[in-house]
Amino acid sequence: MTRSELGREAFVLGFSLLVAMAAGSLLVLLLGESPARVYGLLLSSTWGDAYGVGQVLFKATPLVFTGLSVALAFRAGLFNIGAEGQMMLGGLAAALVGAALPVETCAWLALPLAVLAAAAAGALWGAIPGALRAFLGAHEVINTIMLNFVASALVLGLGHRVFLPETTHTALVVEGARLPSLGLAGSAANLSFVLALGAALAVWGFLSRSRRGFELRALGLSPGAAEGAGVRVRATLVAALAAAGALAGLVGCNFVLGYKHYYEEGMGRGAGFMGIAVALLGRGHPLGVVLAAVLLGTLSHGGVAINALVPKELVDVLQAVIILAVAASSAVFSHQVRRSGP
Amino acid sequence: MSDFFLSLMGLAFWLQVVRISVPYALAALGGVTSERSGVIDLALEGKLLFGAFAAAWVADLGSSVWLGALAGAAAGVLVALLYGYLVIRLRADQIITGVAINLLAFGLTRYLLKLVYGSTSSSPPTPGFEGGLAANPLLWLLLLVVLVWPVLFYRTRFGLRLRAAGEHPEAVASVGVSVPRIRWMAVGLSGLLAGLGGAWLALDNHGFTAEMSGGRGYIALAALIMGKWRPLPAVLACLLFGFAETCQLHLQAVDVGVPNELVRSLPYLLTMVALAGFIGRSRAPAALGRPAPADGDRPWTGGGNDRPAPDAAREP
Repeated sequence: MTRSELGREAFVLGFSLLVAMAAGSLLVLLLGESPARVYGLLLSSTWGDAYGVGQVLFKATPLVFTGLSVALAFRAGLFNIGAEGQMMLGGLAAALVGAALPVETCAWLALPLAVLAAAAAGALWGAIPGALRAFLGAHEVINTIMLNFVASALVLGLGHRVFLPETTHTALVVEGARLPSLGLAGSAANLSFVLALGAALAVWGFLSRSRRGFELRALGLSPGAAEGAGVRVRATLVAALAAAGALAGLVGCNFVLGYKHYYEEGMGRGAGFMGIAVALLGRGHPLGVVLAAVLLGTLSHGGVAINALVPKELVDVLQAVIILAVAASSAVFSHQVRRSGP
Repeated sequence: MSDFFLSLMGLAFWLQVVRISVPYALAALGGVTSERSGVIDLALEGKLLFGAFAAAWVADLGSSVWLGALAGAAAGVLVALLYGYLVIRLRADQIITGVAINLLAFGLTRYLLKLVYGSTSSSPPTPGFEGGLAANPLLWLLLLVVLVWPVLFYRTRFGLRLRAAGEHPEAVASVGVSVPRIRWMAVGLSGLLAGLGGAWLALDNHGFTAEMSGGRGYIALAALIMGKWRPLPAVLACLLFGFAETCQLHLQAVDVGVPNELVRSLPYLLTMVALAGFIGRSRAPAALGRPAPADGDRPWTGGGNDRPAPDAAREP
């Protein structure tokens, strides 16, 4: 990325945040509240103390995973709208495997097994639209959306069999399969955040330092050229969506292995769709994804605090406006740059 | 079980199928119009939701069902105008913008619900449809639209240009017809119909409930793909989905050995099967998702069209 491109991205982001803040202020004023007070509370409740920081990291963790998921698929020229369903099944799989292990299983065995289960379930759910796209030419956007609904029906249906009686959650996972807390003033932040940072590093390394990663990017930039250069298009398409699904499946670590220690119906709802926003804000770069996830995690936790002044749905509106503004302004600016070029 | 087959014979069952299918059909017809002009319509869900909220609110304020229906349509058009401005005028990515509009609808309607009614979940009962289904003019309006749309699509100049804008916008532009103008009209019509669909939801339910669209916009999208981007088959697919949903409602009480989750997933699985080409090739308009060539661009340089088309919209 050249310097001028970087400047343009920064401008787009800054502009979009301003638009969102302006729209948010308007909604706050409608209620007769002071925007400065609301935004002040939003900041002090998130970055003001250790507990707030911990909660932000906890909320940011699933967004890092789903953001990476969308970004990785996007680099291959694919739209993964299915992170929502992939993470649902990943969470359920981690909980079921974690609870099925013998009680005395040591962490060195139990943790990898549970984490792998989450990734595998997500990968399977991602590979389906990948294969449909690669072999039958079916549009992955529609298929991933449809599979979100199928996943949620599946979880509800399986729920009758695997949830504890009279509850909507599974049994507790064994001690060995639990991820330790980060210990930030009793917040829910756990080792999953570190795992998420590791995943971001791995995706970055894969995309920019490996042959397969190069092939994946080539496919995304120009399918025809990639095929001509010998990239196995079908295998790469399936692998890209499977890897994206695995990343989304890992969201299960945060809630199931690191926080509640069981899977609950509706857990983390919406994080899959927000992954699209995170990937867009992060401009498809793993480091950008982490920063964007922390930003949206701040909004998400801040919403709880500002609920005292204005409805917490304000942050949902802010998030949506940020996405719209980024999508619009990046289109406008990239178009202008291209026009003024040779 | 035999009760279920008995209820299949009853008129009440089929009336329920129609009642459930109406919002699907309105949204799907809107979606077909937008997508055939080349604009992806993932925002159907948001238009339904905004339409439903506006309908319930205005019906309550004006104590009139018809003002409510009008407000629902107007809200749909407003959302469509925002969407059109972003994707037609500013050429923002249509998939991202559509998903974001849906997120906006979820957040903003809940925010307004608290603002107006001080509730997190639903509005108080508002005026809604009274009397039988046959006495409902909105149903007859839908029937009229169902009959008129194929004519509009295949027998009028506007329909021809609409379809051409979705298949080969450069050809349309080269004969001096403005592609953006056609797309604006298509997107506006989609907003109108989907907004009416939302109004139906709220007025049929006598009030607004948070997230009451419940994925119907996506089902409508599924139906239009099942119908291969054609108006009449799309409506038939909506009826099929409405039938499946009604069956599921009636079967919930009895254990029939078929897992309920399978029945619930049926519309989605059918869509995937249709898209995979197992029941005849379902092909999207060739220029779906591609911005229009800018007016005044030199066609031979590719103009504003040099952005690669999302090849998802094409066959491999």
